[in-house]
Amino acid sequence: MSARRDLWFTLLCAAALALPLGVLVFLFGDVLLLGLERLSPAFLTSYPSRHAEHAGVLPGLVGTALLGVMTAGLALPFGVGAAIYLEEYGGNRRIARAIEVNVANLAGVPSVVYGILGLAVFVKTLGLGRSLIAGAATLALLVLPIVIVSTREALRAVPMGLREAGLALGATRWQTIRRVVLPAAAPGILTGAILAISRALGETAPLIVIGAVAYITYLPDGPRAAFTALPIQIFSWVSRPQAAFAHNAAAGIVVMLLLLLLLNAAAVLVRDRFSRGGSR
Amino acid sequence: MIAAPAPRAPPTTTAADATTPVKLAVRALDAGFGATPVVRQLTLDVPERRVLAIIGPSGCGKSTLVRCLNRMHELVPGATVGGSVLLDDHDIYARDVDPVLLRRRIGMVFQKPNPFPTMSIRENVLAGLRLTGALRGGRKQPAIDGIVEQALTRAALWDEVKDRLAAAGGSLSGGQQQRLCIARALAVEPEVLLMDEPCSALDPIATARIEDLIHVLRERYTIVLVTHNMQQAARASDLTAFLLHGELIECAPTERLFTQPSDRRTEDYITGKFG
Repeated sequence: MSARRDLWFTLLCAAALALPLGVLVFLFGDVLLLGLERLSPAFLTSYPSRHAEHAGVLPGLVGTALLGVMTAGLALPFGVGAAIYLEEYGGNRRIARAIEVNVANLAGVPSVVYGILGLAVFVKTLGLGRSLIAGAATLALLVLPIVIVSTREALRAVPMGLREAGLALGATRWQTIRRVVLPAAAPGILTGAILAISRALGETAPLIVIGAVAYITYLPDGPRAAFTALPIQIFSWVSRPQAAFAHNAAAGIVVMLLLLLLLNAAAVLVRDRFSRGGSR
Repeated sequence: MIAAPAPRAPPTTTAADATTPVKLAVRALDAGFGATPVVRQLTLDVPERRVLAIIGPSGCGKSTLVRCLNRMHELVPGATVGGSVLLDDHDIYARDVDPVLLRRRIGMVFQKPNPFPTMSIRENVLAGLRLTGALRGGRKQPAIDGIVEQALTRAALWDEVKDRLAAAGGSLSGGQQQRLCIARALAVEPEVLLMDEPCSALDPIATARIEDLIHVLRERYTIVLVTHNMQQAARASDLTAFLLHGELIECAPTERLFTQPSDRRTEDYITGKFG
């Protein structure tokens, strides 16, 4: 009787897994089929065009890559620094706890709200304009809570005994954090950071709000340049009435997915490599 | 084949005689967490180059007491300390004492072996010097190698690891890891070594090796050994202090404390009536 019930439950769980997975596979297959005819090296190295068959994703690809690097450059120092403060120094104080609650809430704020904030603060108030740096700053703000939360988790996983060992050797708190705690937490911090960046690169709404350009025929020549990004490019193609552009959009989606898959694979690799090396 | 530990000479009972200078003097020490007192008005002398064992049931304040001796206790949020601890007649709780510098004079070995997982055996030994920046510039490679060899030799680990100094510290067995932690503490050249139940995570053979080691180390260092194992206290120490509910019940030469305890509660504890 109970074995039978077990079987039913197993089947139910398997179905719960198979259904969404099936939908995903179907969607991806559909996109792949639709985009296959456009996928070629030329697609990756061409600028957008009125003619669907000549259009490519080069500015979007470059824009997304630059956004990724700049977002990481902005979000990591602030995020990791904030996490170290909250986890290692601010531990039990009331302000730290208030910040903690707020950070957790910030992670749940819709991304378009960050877009509006970026438009008001970076584009207008700071006068950065609709530039790459304004986009990167907005995305950095968006993923900051994620970086903080994942870094704190990585720091918390470092056994207390290691900190005590460092302090008992006559090291200061900072010396202990830098030489003992951070190296031990590095794989976790890095994994979280890569996942946060891949989340940022998939964002469309905040970039549209701060004014990323869809049609651009040159590459950004500096942080103040106008820019586009892969999701923006895809979004603009999808909204075109001509059927031919649907193929472009599908091909763009495939490129985007491959990029994100690559980043996530890197995250898995980093985690595996380090967890095999160091023993805990 | 594992060689039986060499027979050890019984600990001398001359430890408390007047000629041995006092290295650490605990005076009316109070310690606790928030409003909860853990150690109460405790006064105790640790003679130089002797082993003082601290015994007592779980929760009696043994660990808190030793953590007050190198000012580790105050790192716990909400920790409170009162009274004084004199190291060479100078109060370590005085305003002008930097706890970070103090901890280089008073080393500590913890209950659970805690080698740094991201460092090799060699780097673990040098960790204290590197962390504090003592190795920056100046010293040459042979000198550094000498520090590593000396610390590992004193911790009775050199022969077992000399061919794989680059291996990860975590690759050693539990007992070896604990001796590595002892080597790491010794490399900083402390005067006092605090050992907080250093054998509680180890098997009997590894425990015997550490106890042998304690015997050798007492020629150079003043050792405070916290243990919940009365046999270990009897084997490894010159003096034993019995703590109960945060108060010092009795402190005497080990042999006398275990054969003719002067307090009824000590007798009940060492004969196994409670604890």
